Amino acid sequence: MSEEEKHKTDESRRQFLKNSGYFAGGLVGGGIIGSVIGWQIDDTNETKNQNEQANQGNGPNFNRALKFFKNRGVFERLAVATERIFPEDDHGPGAIDLGVPYFIDHELAGDYGNNERIYMSGPFHEGTPYQGFQSRLRRKEIFMEGLRVIESESQKEFDDSFVNLEGEQQDEILAKFANDEVNLRGVQASTFFGLLREATLAGAFSDPLYGGNTNMEGWRMKEFPGSQMSYMNEIENEDFVEMEPRALYDHLH
Amino acid sequence: MATTKDKVDVVTIGVGWTGGIIAAELSKAGYNVVGLERGEDRSTEDFQMMHDEYRYDLRHGLMQDTSKETITFRNNLDELALPMRQQGSFLLGSGVGGAGVHWNGQTWRFLPYDLEIKSMTEEKYGNKLGDEYTLQDWGITYDELEPYFYQFEQVAGISGEDNPKGAPRNNDYPTPPMKSTPILDLFKEATKNMGLHPFQMPSGNLSENYENPDGETIAQCQYCGFCERFGCEYGAKSSPNVTVIPTAKKTGNFELRTHSNVVEIIQEGGKATGVRYVDVLSGEEFIQPADVVVLTSYVLNNTRLLLQSNIGQPYNPETGEGVIGKNYCYQILPGAAGFFEEKKFNTFMGAGSLGATVDDYNGDNFDHSDLDFIHGGSISITQTGRRPIASNVTPSGTPSWGAEFKKNAIKYHNRTLNVTSQGASMPHRNNYMDLDPTYKDYYGNPLLRLTYDFTEQDRKLHEYITQVCAEIMGEMGADIIEEAEMSEHYDIVPYQTTHNTGGVIMGADSQTSAVNNYLQMWDSESLFVVGASAFAHNGGYNPTGTVGALAYRAAEGIQKYLENGGGQLVKSKSKSRLT
Ligand SMILES: Cc1cc2nc3c(=O)[nH]c(=O)nc-3n(C[C@H](O)[C@H](O)[C@H](O)COP(=O)(O)OP(=O)(O)OC[C@H]3O[C@@H](n4cnc5c(N)ncnc54)[C@H](O)[C@@H]3O)c2cc1C
Ligand code: SF4
Repeated sequence: MSEEEKHKTDESRRQFLKNSGYFAGGLVGGGIIGSVIGWQIDDTNETKNQNEQANQGNGPNFNRALKFFKNRGVFERLAVATERIFPEDDHGPGAIDLGVPYFIDHELAGDYGNNERIYMSGPFHEGTPYQGFQSRLRRKEIFMEGLRVIESESQKEFDDSFVNLEGEQQDEILAKFANDEVNLRGVQASTFFGLLREATLAGAFSDPLYGGNTNMEGWRMKEFPGSQMSYMNEIENEDFVEMEPRALYDHLH
Repeated sequence: MATTKDKVDVVTIGVGWTGGIIAAELSKAGYNVVGLERGEDRSTEDFQMMHDEYRYDLRHGLMQDTSKETITFRNNLDELALPMRQQGSFLLGSGVGGAGVHWNGQTWRFLPYDLEIKSMTEEKYGNKLGDEYTLQDWGITYDELEPYFYQFEQVAGISGEDNPKGAPRNNDYPTPPMKSTPILDLFKEATKNMGLHPFQMPSGNLSENYENPDGETIAQCQYCGFCERFGCEYGAKSSPNVTVIPTAKKTGNFELRTHSNVVEIIQEGGKATGVRYVDVLSGEEFIQPADVVVLTSYVLNNTRLLLQSNIGQPYNPETGEGVIGKNYCYQILPGAAGFFEEKKFNTFMGAGSLGATVDDYNGDNFDHSDLDFIHGGSISITQTGRRPIASNVTPSGTPSWGAEFKKNAIKYHNRTLNVTSQGASMPHRNNYMDLDPTYKDYYGNPLLRLTYDFTEQDRKLHEYITQVCAEIMGEMGADIIEEAEMSEHYDIVPYQTTHNTGGVIMGADSQTSAVNNYLQMWDSESLFVVGASAFAHNGGYNPTGTVGALAYRAAEGIQKYLENGGGQLVKSKSKSRLT
């Protein structure tokens, strides 16, 4: 990589992290990510505001911690991949600002990651495309395997870490997964990618109780008002009705 | 060793819509009834945290746990069937109320044509489809079934209005139609302009507070938009839990046993005498003896439990002989999506059966002389409450992820409408169910194996009705219209409908059907098999209105059987294989 290219990559990394604000908690304590990618926190206020908002002003958002991923590098890789799937744009935040990586972390640690409701008895065969999910792996294993190969493919293709690549390069890598052009052990690459995509959307649009859809921003983008109790008075309205969204939180508080 | 319980008059296997109806009717008539339900108890109070798309829609919070029990599936006889490891194409219910808790409530009567499809088709068009299609009459006419349809509609309080092309009614719907909305009005206007006959979809989400003939109250629907796949926190959706189950309980003659998974129907001397079940919490096994055993465990388990208990002759696709597992049908889904550049709709509001329909292309309501398929389907627009995780509709050509995907998924979220049809599904000799030779459930019993693919008839029907849907969408003024496409083979993954039918079909002849028109088994007089398993094919509507009617008919038959002290209620056209 030429100096110029490297510079560009650093610029885009900086841009991405500034927008995200979600690494802050770790970085303040002199985090590994900071040293790995050579980035120092430069706008603590912006970050703090976001965390406070997410937590209704009651100090830090303690939900922003990891219960599945052990290695920050892997978690960051996941985060970057979700942002490519659902990027920030004029409409509003992308996956990272919506808390999607935390959502996925939390889900992988529980029923979802453990395939709790999936039939897991063998024998296992690949099957036809019409026979659906046939992997012997649990979703948490599929994510780990997928994220591992994302990194090895990035090294192979571009001689650099996935998180350091240009956006288009990252897309190239992800497209290989979507199109089954790489091999994973125990699962098809497209199955992993399908899960990643689905989980990203679920994190962007599920009730904020799950750790994603920060401040209901996902819902706001779609003008979806969340959990309203009744549309009796609006259902016949000729015009589009804009409403402040409500979350399940309101059912208890 | 299984512990044997005291004998009862009637035991139901499963307590969903059909089990609940049987329990209510028989317990009201003074018989003691035990309902065995594998899942947990639940009622309106358990539905307070319902507005959670992730938990109840994506993660199937109210439905069958496929880690314990599922089916295996293959497209054809030459393939190796593999487990449906998670639910997809259809969503099986579990727990008190069954899928009746999380259904939509679209409540239809099959057409007179449906019940006599073979005779009426042959009379008019000859043997149009050929012998590979195992079309059969149902052994009952619409006129005979009419009162039972009304009985179900009254209990469920169905809200609706006259359908000029539908099955004739002797009574109005118990409650007036739901509110109309700009989305529905657009469809009604467009179809009227095309000379079709729109009307408001008959709904189990009630337009007003209602007290049913059993004294149960159903509340007025709030159009809350969390209906299909969710339980109703208002008690406004007609479900077994707010109607027939409380009715049965009030009689004092009904005992509901939850967490009770039936594993065998016990058959002695050619008669069912009880069931064996496992208490899934304690692991203990019990035998529940009964004069009448009623199989009300939904289409798939109705078929499986018979095969597992060696009752009735399994269907053999090679020879066409046998009946159990025969005539499995599904639902064909023609349709068109319309993208509106200038218009936003309140798609997030809605109710499970808030919709408008035309029946001009259903059944034999249009001439098929020059067409190479039979039947058709109801064509509807619905406003069921669009939710943001599951619905990310984009015009084709949009990538499925990344910047453009996001842009379009957001842009079109409230700018897309769908006109869809519940297309009829005709039986084919190769589409059937039997037991899987390899895969087992949690209790060590073989899984049901489904062999199913779309047929030529399905494709032609799909193509034709899709054209009509697209025309309607054009008339509605959509800027981009996209026609539904049928996958190359039936796919078990994407949700289509939970309208599985057949396997224990009804008919007038014990050689070709499993149950008579009271849903009493030809091969076991004390065993009644209730559900869409009795459908000899699937019609152009959602099934439950017809399932409910058949359940009331069966309840009457069971009562007759008990009063008579046994015996077949109907004489078979040909002699039973066993006698
Ligand atoms: C999402 C969804 C939407 C739907 N919308 C509509 C609609 O709008 N209109 C329509 O007409 N239909 C609709 N349906 C279909 C409708 O729900 C079913 O037709 C109806 O519930 C069938 O009633 P049933 O009694 O046969 O089965 P269910 O209601 O499913 O009840 C069967 C019961 O048997 C129990 N059971 C199964 N096996 C055993 C066993 N071995 N031991 C003990 N218990 C057992 C199950 O746990 C379950 O509770 C919908 C279904 C779904 C899933
Ligand atoms: S839409 Fe109506 S019937 Fe359906 S859950 Fe909401 S309030 Fe109940």
